[in-house]
Amino acid sequence: MALELIEIAKRVGADTHIHPTSLVLPQGSFNVLLGTTLSGKTTLMQIMAGIQQPTSGQIRFNGRDVTHVAVQKRNVSMVYQQFINYPNFTVYDNIASPLKVAAMSKAEIDRRVMAAADLLRLRPMLKRRPSELSGGQQQRTAIARAIVKDSDLILLDEPLANLDYKLREELRDELPRLFAGRNAIVVYATTEPVEALLFGGGTATLHEGRVTQFGPTSSVYREPKDLVSAQVFSDPPINMTPVEKRGSQLQLLGGKVWPAGSSARSLSDGRYILGIRPHHVTPLPPEAPAGELEGRVLVTELSGSESVIHLDVGGATWVSQSHGIHPFEVGAHARLHVDIDRGLFFAANGERVS
Amino acid sequence: MNKTVNNKAWWLVLPVFLMVAFNALVPLMTVVNYSIQETFGNNEFFWSGTTWFEQILHDGEFHASLRRQLVFTGLVLLIEIPLGLAIALCMPRQGPWVSVCLVLVALPLLVPWNVVGSMWNIMALPDIGLLGKGINALGIPFNYTRQPISAWFTVVLMDVWHWTSLVLLLCYAGLVAIPDAYYQAAKVDGAGPWAVFRHIQLPKLKHVLTIAVLLRFMDSFMIYTEVIVLTGGGPGSTTKFLSIDLVQKALGGFDLGPAAAFSIVYFLIILFLSWLFYTLMMREEAR
Repeated sequence: MALELIEIAKRVGADTHIHPTSLVLPQGSFNVLLGTTLSGKTTLMQIMAGIQQPTSGQIRFNGRDVTHVAVQKRNVSMVYQQFINYPNFTVYDNIASPLKVAAMSKAEIDRRVMAAADLLRLRPMLKRRPSELSGGQQQRTAIARAIVKDSDLILLDEPLANLDYKLREELRDELPRLFAGRNAIVVYATTEPVEALLFGGGTATLHEGRVTQFGPTSSVYREPKDLVSAQVFSDPPINMTPVEKRGSQLQLLGGKVWPAGSSARSLSDGRYILGIRPHHVTPLPPEAPAGELEGRVLVTELSGSESVIHLDVGGATWVSQSHGIHPFEVGAHARLHVDIDRGLFFAANGERVS
Repeated sequence: MNKTVNNKAWWLVLPVFLMVAFNALVPLMTVVNYSIQETFGNNEFFWSGTTWFEQILHDGEFHASLRRQLVFTGLVLLIEIPLGLAIALCMPRQGPWVSVCLVLVALPLLVPWNVVGSMWNIMALPDIGLLGKGINALGIPFNYTRQPISAWFTVVLMDVWHWTSLVLLLCYAGLVAIPDAYYQAAKVDGAGPWAVFRHIQLPKLKHVLTIAVLLRFMDSFMIYTEVIVLTGGGPGSTTKFLSIDLVQKALGGFDLGPAAAFSIVYFLIILFLSWLFYTLMMREEAR
């Protein structure tokens, strides 16, 4: 029981929107499509749903070829970035709309609508129209519509992007609970790595119409297959610098020398690209062997519990993200420490080697 | 806390007040002056109270032109609003044809009113006009200078030709503003084209349609130039609408008092009907 994409590709004229892609999404799984705007998330979702047809390749659902089956015959529901509801229906009728098409009995419709409304805490709003609701409530209604019928596939296309911070956090916490215990395959597109990490499940990193990596979220995060996957799955962006390994030392540009650290131990000598996530660059020295960075502070972003510091090191910008408040003056000279044991090493072709 | 009270802020409203006064209130007051007084020139005025209003409200000619006006405006709205909406629904939303279509449909809006009148005047001539001769060639007797039905047909057709584009452009703008995701969501739900129109497009166009109805109502209720050029209110007085009647009273008969009372009644009717349309169409919102 699964949704299988087999060598799916989408070309429009001379442009390739999706390069040949194969994915297997098992029943009951929660999958995140992570990528920047225009990376192909929406196109891929629409192909999964049957709203767009792939140029080549096959889509199978439970072993059956559904490539050319129309969306309305596929038992799919979708939630969009915009809050899409029928404007002249009440919340109740909006939630009930997919069931009415299915010609269900009134009592059954009522039972299901009430269950969905309770899950999304919409009970008091059932008689209102979408224009009388806040953005958060409108999106809750849209999500209720998506879960009210037992869809095989539920697609959420950046559903939280248009909500303000607080509502986004609130709904983000509730989402996994809504889908737990359902047999549906859930696909959730987002541009934010933190959402993928919060939801767990599986994550596919997308870059320019290509799925660069797909697997359990934590392993995609910890063990990126290549440079691009690591870049997509890092916010703030991952720091990168060319290094040359010589014995137990790393030679950096500008003559700096760092200890090689545990992750580089098995590598043969030679040139690599070193990737360091921002939270492994800290103002306080770690216990393990560390590399040192000295430079001029460009920007500091201090949130309540976190400091993000952008440092100019000989023309290259390094980003550090650390717990606590570390006030640095912009323009001042600063010294940061790199937890080199956590370094990711990539070969010249982008593939991760350690 | 000490609060300083002063009214200096009122000075900031003064420019707007002056502008409104000069372009609306002062001219309107002139009309009000004439409507409640009698004058024989020499800048001498005598109080006449509500005499002119009573005269106008009991005037059979006024009643007849008001009836004609209501029928004309009703016909125009019944034809132009659905027609404009229907054409807007058929227009392409993207691609190279969009700008071509938009320019073509906008053309009638660029033609001056008196030119529209002359155009249709010539077009509908029974002996040489394309329309007039064409209809006669079909075996249907058509002469808009003699037959009231032909005159009405031509006047309504002219207005539809001139102003459907406005409704169309408003509806088109409203349709283009509906996000694609709505259509996709409908598709996912398995909704057909009628359901999409009924439950997505129509509710989303409600505000635009309200504006279109109001604009077309007010404008058609005040129609003058085109009809004067086309039929002059004839044959007889079968196409004499309110504004034509008003001008005849004010300039033809020089009955300034009754004409001023007429203007005010005319204005109040438009105000009332606009309010009525607006409240009816916005009723849903208030619930």
